[in-house]
Amino acid sequence: MCTIVPISLTVGANRIVPTVAIPHPLGNPELPAEEEKALRRRLVTKALRALTTQVDGQTVFED
Amino acid sequence: MSKFRVVHYINQYFGQIGGEEKANIPPSCKEGPVGPGMAFKAVLGNEAEIVATVICGDSWFAENMDVAKAKVVEMIAQHKPDLVITGPAFNAGRYGTACGAVAEAVSQELNVPVISGMYPENPGAEMYRRFALIVETGDNAAAMRKAVPAMGKLALKVLRGEEVGSPKEEGYIPRGIRQNYFAEERGSKRAVDMLVAKLKGEEFHTEYPMPQFDRVEPNPAVADITKAKIGLVTSGGIVPKGNPDHIESSSASKFGKYDIEGVTNLTAETHQTAHGGYDPVYANKDADRVLPVDVLREMEKEGKIGSLHRYYYATVGNGTAVASAKRYAAEIAQELKNDGVDAVILTST
Repeated sequence: MCTIVPISLTVGANRIVPTVAIPHPLGNPELPAEEEKALRRRLVTKALRALTTQVDGQTVFED
Repeated sequence: MSKFRVVHYINQYFGQIGGEEKANIPPSCKEGPVGPGMAFKAVLGNEAEIVATVICGDSWFAENMDVAKAKVVEMIAQHKPDLVITGPAFNAGRYGTACGAVAEAVSQELNVPVISGMYPENPGAEMYRRFALIVETGDNAAAMRKAVPAMGKLALKVLRGEEVGSPKEEGYIPRGIRQNYFAEERGSKRAVDMLVAKLKGEEFHTEYPMPQFDRVEPNPAVADITKAKIGLVTSGGIVPKGNPDHIESSSASKFGKYDIEGVTNLTAETHQTAHGGYDPVYANKDADRVLPVDVLREMEKEGKIGSLHRYYYATVGNGTAVASAKRYAAEIAQELKNDGVDAVILTST
């Protein structure tokens, strides 16, 4: 899970989930706490989905 | 004037003892040059001579690394060399590793310079390039004819105390040493010149080569995530408050392993970031923004995942050498495997 997808591609990650921002990849301090947590949960859910998806090579899970 | 003294390290094959079936022989020492040493003799001429050759089986060396290194260095030291040559090992992995390990020990313990020769992808080159001038060779022994004169020439240069030029000028594998110099043109001009050359399809040389990253086959998909033990690893520097392991804010020299049993939420009181490469305010207020312990705990409770692994691993990715990161990753991955972790979420900042 990373914000700068090109770096993850360069270093060779195979399942990549784009995130929010460098200092808070899994959060957004501008949102109310509950919404921020919901956002984080969506991202983690996406990561879990990536883990259960068969991939042939480097794959970016955009949505 | 007396000749410079050179000791040569080679394996059982080049030492004319035998092939793979003799790879298990322990180190031995012969007076004078053996095998490729004969070719070096011609290049070194009247200025230097191979006074002894140390020979060790590749497997023996690999399987008894510490003992082998100590024995070989002892044999080398007895001959009081001014310089040591190891190999060339071309692309032979065990041989290259042995040549590199000998180079490390000789340069560190005897303070004697070492010349070696390897194919750039030989693992020994990557591991030990700091300890020797490793001349870039072809990938097999057919390249001997080119390798020996190049290595010999460099050896003489070092023995004479002449200045050794850049890796590109001299044909050795970069040791990772940065040397200051005064450029004639300023940086912006050099960068634009390079860009123009690139656009024209002309040759150009980067002043800052990027590290080489390897590729790994993707792991198969997790069959049932609701049964899976999930591990968390981050390069975002999330550590317990106070950074108990003193992980450096940049160029981290280590990683940390932290117990999160029973932890349902990371807070400003319990956790912080040690990372010095991004604004720490948001992570220090709520480290779940980098390491999502809170939602994974919830999902564990709801049965959406099997479990969250008891420990998470963290280092700081800021300016950390690729080689270090690779080492931490290998150690962390091994521990996670030993602990039966099925899948890992890596978060980076």
